Amino acid sequence: MPIATASQTIGPYWHLLEDESWADLTRLGAAAAHPDRRPIVLSGVLRDGAGDPFPDACVELWQADPPASDAFPGFGRSRTDRDGRYRFRTLMPQPVPAAGAPGTNALQAPHLALAILSRGLMHALHTRVYFAGQALNEADPVLSAIAPARRGTLIATPLGAHDGADGWQLDLRLQGGDETVFLEF
Amino acid sequence: MSETLPFRPYAPGSQPALDTPAYVGTRLRHPKQAPVKIAQSITELSGPRFSPTAFAPLADMTRGAQGAAIGERIIIAGRITDEDGRPVPHSMIEIWQANAAGRYDHPNDSHDAPLDPNFHGAGRVFSDAEGNWQVLTIKPGAYPWPNHVNAWRPNHVHFSLFGPAFATRLVTQMYFPGDPLLEYDPVFNGIPDAAARNRLIAAFDPQITRPDFALGYRFDIVLRGRGATPMEA
Repeated sequence: MPIATASQTIGPYWHLLEDESWADLTRLGAAAAHPDRRPIVLSGVLRDGAGDPFPDACVELWQADPPASDAFPGFGRSRTDRDGRYRFRTLMPQPVPAAGAPGTNALQAPHLALAILSRGLMHALHTRVYFAGQALNEADPVLSAIAPARRGTLIATPLGAHDGADGWQLDLRLQGGDETVFLEF
Repeated sequence: MSETLPFRPYAPGSQPALDTPAYVGTRLRHPKQAPVKIAQSITELSGPRFSPTAFAPLADMTRGAQGAAIGERIIIAGRITDEDGRPVPHSMIEIWQANAAGRYDHPNDSHDAPLDPNFHGAGRVFSDAEGNWQVLTIKPGAYPWPNHVNAWRPNHVHFSLFGPAFATRLVTQMYFPGDPLLEYDPVFNGIPDAAARNRLIAAFDPQITRPDFALGYRFDIVLRGRGATPMEA
């Protein structure tokens, strides 16, 4: 039986495949296709174990809601810039069904999936972005699986509206005292 | 239906550890806390779709604006399957690499080796209905890197794959048979299982080799399979 191919680091030169427009998931006409959804801008700084921002990472975003279409790819990719900051423009997701719960009404709070790839990472680090103030956060099965003291590392804070979008911030720490919770699935 | 079955955990030893001390870059970038295991939901079981209509293929990386790239032309071909041997069809593969001199066309690459104006080093192909794909490129050169004294990366080509779900995302590197640098490379050797490591080495393939034109290498890629083993929640 074949087994899955091993991961290797994305390295420092992955920008050769970068299309910077991918960081804007609304570029294909998402606003017209989903007039009920608020555009959001999510950004944050990625830091290493010394607390230094790292400028060469590839941060990828996937969201199952709204469903991907010709007007909304659901997937984005952002480099971290000189200051270690990633930045996406997308649409606010709505709740989606919880794992293994067909036929029930169990829901997950609105969230985005992030994968971090970079030099020094032998494989992708997975985490999620939740949004402060969402009532469903309290009952979310993934947040509930995380020790309360560390849940905050997955919850973005509001920055206020700017340029037609609600701003949200979530800094990511790969190692250290306020280390982001990473997920395995 | 089958699209809702979770993907199996990776086989033990088949994936590199985030904490790989011989690869110095991992020291400050690997989490110290264990990951939290979660059950796969629609977020992990769905994934992006890329069509060749919207994302133009670039299956010939050897042609620049002013002519042919310098170096040894090679064809790399393979098949993407899952762990049950089923083809992964119509899936995008992103490819990037150094030029024949071991230099990336990237502002952060300061290696003293020449750029080639006719070689950028980025490609994009799609698997067909049977999971087969191929790309025409230039054999990349080895290059030094600052990991340790006199450290050199073996010749390699970077691959990025998506597969059917966010849970099947894979970024890896392909190596070449017989490369003496492999035994010294902490990135390659960061994979604990020798068989898993060696599957990253392409095989010279006379069937892929085109007479009077280019050597051919086979690089088959396996993505995670679904179901069978119950998901640990």
